[in-house]
Amino acid sequence: MPLPPIDPSVLRVDDGGVTLLGGWSETSQFRHFPRSPVCPFTGADDVVPVDLPRSGTLWLHTHVNLAPPGYTGPVPYQLGIVELEGEPLLRVVSRLAGDNLATGMQMQLDGEVVPGPHDEPTLTWVFHP
Amino acid sequence: MNGVRITGVGLHPFGRFDGVTGTAMGVVAVRDALAEAGIGVRDVQAAFCGTAYGGVAAGHRVLGALAGTGIPIYDVEAGCASGGAALELAAASIASGQHDRVLVFGIEKMPKGVIRSSFFAPWQESAGLSPAPAFFALRAQRLLLETDITVEHLAQVVVKNRRHGVANPDAMFQKAVTVDQVLASRMICPPLTLFMLCSPNEGAAAVVLARDGDGPTVAGIALRSHLPGNVLGEDSPLGGIDDAAITPPTTLAAQDAYAQAGLGPADVDVVECQDTDAGRELLAWAELGLCPTGGQVAILAEGAALVGGRRPINPSGGLLSKGEPLGASALGQVVELVRQLRGTAGARQVPGAKVALAHVIGRGANACVTVLVA
Repeated sequence: MPLPPIDPSVLRVDDGGVTLLGGWSETSQFRHFPRSPVCPFTGADDVVPVDLPRSGTLWLHTHVNLAPPGYTGPVPYQLGIVELEGEPLLRVVSRLAGDNLATGMQMQLDGEVVPGPHDEPTLTWVFHP
Repeated sequence: MNGVRITGVGLHPFGRFDGVTGTAMGVVAVRDALAEAGIGVRDVQAAFCGTAYGGVAAGHRVLGALAGTGIPIYDVEAGCASGGAALELAAASIASGQHDRVLVFGIEKMPKGVIRSSFFAPWQESAGLSPAPAFFALRAQRLLLETDITVEHLAQVVVKNRRHGVANPDAMFQKAVTVDQVLASRMICPPLTLFMLCSPNEGAAAVVLARDGDGPTVAGIALRSHLPGNVLGEDSPLGGIDDAAITPPTTLAAQDAYAQAGLGPADVDVVECQDTDAGRELLAWAELGLCPTGGQVAILAEGAALVGGRRPINPSGGLLSKGEPLGASALGQVVELVRQLRGTAGARQVPGAKVALAHVIGRGANACVTVLVA
């Protein structure tokens, strides 16, 4: 039995691992994340659900050395922005894993266990090389 | 914006004041501003209070302590721009003819450490996707990636502001630092070290606005929010698109405020801008039209942003010296700039300052730009 996603509106967990839940608007021709009732960039209301790609390119990254309020997971951890595979460009904020990360690296989506809002184990998303 | 003058300003110092409530700090700032304006609390027709963490009816508590009730009191929250939003509403109430004399103040008493905000869902906090310094750091990383700006330039911003803060008795930090000290301070989120980040803290600031009287004019003021799409925007989205053509909210606000004032960036003599972190200040310079993107390097090299330079930026020491009490920070900038325009800023005076600009941006991507004219 897989662990539950940290929030079922942004992440699905099944036998294939974790999947980021996005939206696509035919009118605006934009993908977006997390899924919104309307395209968050244009307001178009023809959003259909899409599973977002599981790979991408690392754009920016940093380390978090000080636990932010409400977070009880391990510190330090890495945080950054990944440009998902495919067009048009979609950048997603994500936890990161791996050594010596650098802009331009190819990254893969995976699940990571963190304590949820009630300290229960949950799965969130992470990209690693 | 016509006929809106600032006739009095007051400030409770920014810092840590154990046992002193936000209300008490607000009382100090308000009384000073009213005294400068030569009026009593019952002479204002409305009050506008900026605060993010002050709780329910925070402004009412301050006015209640001064027996100033019975008038309309508006509590305004717009993140780091709360004081700016309050000022805009107050100025509009005079410009529209609704009121002749109003009070604007900002108060805040914040816990130490990384700011916690109900802006984020609990799951996002649990996932570690809410740390403000990390988002600041990613913005700074982009600056380093896409321009000639280096981590040393980030440190130079801190050195500049802390040098200015030495001359500000109301600042939390009044000690100069060196580039080496900034770079050697604790690494919070690369490339940002502890000294490159402002400290959330406590304080209050107040101004009296009037249709008539003596004092600088609020020539332009605009609050704007983000255009969607920039994943690095202060609205902290989890996703974004190509943002090359997306105008930042600071630029939207600046364009509006400049247009109201009939002035442009070249007319501005002195600036107080948002320096939540050193990278944020450098971004603001470009977004306000003070230089092209990448032009920050030359300004730092020339010392043009120092008091004594061509156009001083953050002569008060900025948030990096003063700390940031969210609801009070924008009005703290206005207090500083009014003193600059009056020529009463003491050792940090910018000689001959006639046009001043204040800028804040923060949670929700609320950006406020105010243009003051002597």
